[in-house]
Amino acid sequence: MLTLTSPIETYAHRLPAGLKLVLLCGFTVLLFALKSPLALLCAALPLIVGIAAAGRSFATSSVRMLRPLLPFVVIVALWHLITKDPFGLPILIRMITAVAAANFVTMTTRLSDMIAVIERLARPLAPILPPKALALAMALTVRFTPTLLARAAEIAEAWRARSPKRPGWRILLPTTLAALDDADRVAEAIRARGGSA
Amino acid sequence: MEKNLTYIALFAALIAVLGLVPKIDLASGVPITAQSLGIMLCGTVLGAKRGALAVLLFLALTLAGLPLLSGGRGGLGVLASPTVGYIIGFPIAAFVTGLIVQSWRAPILPVAIVAAFVGGLVVLNLIGIVGMAFMLGKTLPEATLLAAPYMIGDTIKAVLAGLVTQAIGQMRPDALLSRG
Repeated sequence: MLTLTSPIETYAHRLPAGLKLVLLCGFTVLLFALKSPLALLCAALPLIVGIAAAGRSFATSSVRMLRPLLPFVVIVALWHLITKDPFGLPILIRMITAVAAANFVTMTTRLSDMIAVIERLARPLAPILPPKALALAMALTVRFTPTLLARAAEIAEAWRARSPKRPGWRILLPTTLAALDDADRVAEAIRARGGSA
Repeated sequence: MEKNLTYIALFAALIAVLGLVPKIDLASGVPITAQSLGIMLCGTVLGAKRGALAVLLFLALTLAGLPLLSGGRGGLGVLASPTVGYIIGFPIAAFVTGLIVQSWRAPILPVAIVAAFVGGLVVLNLIGIVGMAFMLGKTLPEATLLAAPYMIGDTIKAVLAGLVTQAIGQMRPDALLSRG
């Protein structure tokens, strides 16, 4: 399955994931403490330099990753133009900068490194959440998402072969049943191989 | 034990699949993604604890960098975006939904519909709207206005979740862990 990690190897890929996450937390807290647009722009500057330093095509995909924010940017901008309220600008700069910074960390950290951080953070929970069970559950979900997606597509195709109408919500029940049956079979397979705990 | 684990993992995958399946068009052509339907089903089928765990597993993988949220979104950016409240609300919504199904011992269809409505619409939107108001610097009524159009779809989804849960109860009674 495709991850959001950028295939373009940058300097930031080589930094440890934990360090990047701590820096991101600090940066985000700072952004929410700043109120004036000028101070926020100053804070955004090192981020922009950092993204630009990773190369043109990396920077382009960084900008593309911000697209889900567009409707919110339009709404907030319109709102503050109509009400003539100047507080829209810091909100927009903060939102875009914070999301861009978080995306930067996601794009420069491999999924396996991120999962290692999750497992490290979950270690204190070991008595109630065995690390092995967590690792197995994450692996199963990653493995079964494309499998289940293919199954849903098959079910939709079977529907289309029999009906001129679009499949729509009718594929919901068979897809859910497929997930349940897969879960039963995998549970049996795991038990046959010595169990999960 | 194994069954709990695989059910949680497979339902986490189901949430992802329901968000990735091209939008399910309802009668009026309101395009809705089925992702929150997955959240509701986690609660109605798996129950409070397992349902919330399945959602947390899904979120952990999403935040780690898999584009599993509807529209192919994912990564840490979702925590800084205006919709963060919905992300935080997802596991809570599944938990509340599951809790209602577990503790209200009436026929499964009405219980599951009400549970999915309370968890997946009321609780989820409450948290989502507070998040949106905070992130966009708006008042709560203003943020509610932004979320309102989606609630029609959410109501239909709660009914669908109830119907699917009832069908599972009939076809795979052992799988209905919330009533197990």
